[in-house]
Amino acid sequence: MIPEMPTQTSISIVVLFGAACALLIIATIAGEILRHRLARHGAHPTVETYVTRLHSWWAMVFLLAIALLIGRTGVILLFAFASFAALREFLTLTRKTKADHWALIAAFYVVFPLQYVLVWLGVDGLFSIFIPVYAFLILPILSVIRGDGRNFLSRVSETQWGLMICVFCASHIPALVTLDIDGSTGRSVLLIAFLVLVVQLGDLAEYYAGRRIGKKRVAPELSPKTREGILCGAAFAAAIGLMLFWITPFAPWAAALIALVIYLIGVGGSLVLSAIKQDRGVKSWGHLIPGQGGFVDQMDSVVFAAPVFFHLTRYFYGG
Amino acid sequence: MRRIAANIAGQLLALFAQFITAPRADWRGIEPVNRQRIYFANHTSNADLPIVWTVLPPALRRVTRPVAAADYWLKTKARAFIGPEVFRAILIDRRTDHQTEDPIAKIVTALDEGASVIIFPEGGRNRSDDPLMPFKAGLYNIAKARPEIDLVPTWIDNIASVMPSGEVIPVPLGCTVIFGAPLHVGEEESKDAFLARSSEALSDLMPIREPSA
Repeated sequence: MIPEMPTQTSISIVVLFGAACALLIIATIAGEILRHRLARHGAHPTVETYVTRLHSWWAMVFLLAIALLIGRTGVILLFAFASFAALREFLTLTRKTKADHWALIAAFYVVFPLQYVLVWLGVDGLFSIFIPVYAFLILPILSVIRGDGRNFLSRVSETQWGLMICVFCASHIPALVTLDIDGSTGRSVLLIAFLVLVVQLGDLAEYYAGRRIGKKRVAPELSPKTREGILCGAAFAAAIGLMLFWITPFAPWAAALIALVIYLIGVGGSLVLSAIKQDRGVKSWGHLIPGQGGFVDQMDSVVFAAPVFFHLTRYFYGG
Repeated sequence: MRRIAANIAGQLLALFAQFITAPRADWRGIEPVNRQRIYFANHTSNADLPIVWTVLPPALRRVTRPVAAADYWLKTKARAFIGPEVFRAILIDRRTDHQTEDPIAKIVTALDEGASVIIFPEGGRNRSDDPLMPFKAGLYNIAKARPEIDLVPTWIDNIASVMPSGEVIPVPLGCTVIFGAPLHVGEEESKDAFLARSSEALSDLMPIREPSA
């Protein structure tokens, strides 16, 4: 268990929260001015989407700040909830038959909660293999007992994929609080802020730069992401990483490099999940986050980056 | 007292359904406004009724009554509370020898009292591989009796994966309820033609997906 969270960590969280609010206030004022100017011509769909997205951003910034201030329990509860919503979105679109009912019940009511309990207890040996090994072996057995061989490999693989992305990878975000850095876990909660800010702000920069100067699409059939946009996003993510080095155990150059790596993995993850969406003929994973789509849409890049960030940090800085 | 308890139970049920499946209403053919309607829906699972009930806005939910099987809903005390009290279901006995009054007359009476109605025109749960079973004559008879009321095709998507028939524990998967454009029975239209047309209007709402396993 964490003892008393050092006040220095709380101060850092409040400073970050203040900075995020300042950015959002500027964005909100800009949105309202745009809305006001365009009001004569009736509601403008792009501006309305932008304003709705901002509302979701406000909610996310507040929720994350509160969770970080609470510490380990707060972030685990927040990301467990997001994980559950994401898993539900993912498994809604996977192949399954009646024979998979027990496997799905096990995925939702046993594997998902157990993974987060293991993270909460900080049993890192077990939470790194529980889903890739034990869920991987046991769930297909549950499906086979109910006896339906049609598309068996696709069915069990798709369920496992959902668990890997939405539970295993996602649980590495709150798992960052369990990292022991310089002999204490006191400041490791800030690593979550680092991961989320670097990847999400990089995504935003890529989105806006891509719209303005983007030319060459990296996956033309699947995603509007362009090489130019990704380059801008990468530069921006590295810059954010550098600016935030003081909340991490990293040296400034290492913070920028790690930011670059996790941003690029995140872009890759976002492309992969777009391909799955296209395969299943949907535009977004869900509808629960106004203006953004589903939880998987919002978290795709962070989820892909989380295990890599976790391992890099533990290998080079963790005890 | 029982009324209040039923109200609270209804709210809790809707909350539970929202938490489990986060159901979404897609008002594709009509607006969710307070007009008298007959919603007719596909039926694959015991969870169908709670899901449609949940996605209706509370103002509509209050005036909407499902048509349900008496032989199912009166079997236990809990069901007898949830069916008639929480859902305010119009109970119809499917076993003709048990019927004390004409089921169609019972539904028409409810309509004349101003209620909207949810009906499952297949007459039971669909356990086949086809998306819909042939409709029973009930929908036609009701439509004939009150031809001015909108008949709204209501497709409940994905509920069979949440709770396949015979299973007890629901899997939390997303569900969508799609409300199509209303239709009415034509003056000269035959029973079979109308039932075929309404069945098609309902199955047309089914989202196109690659055939799932």
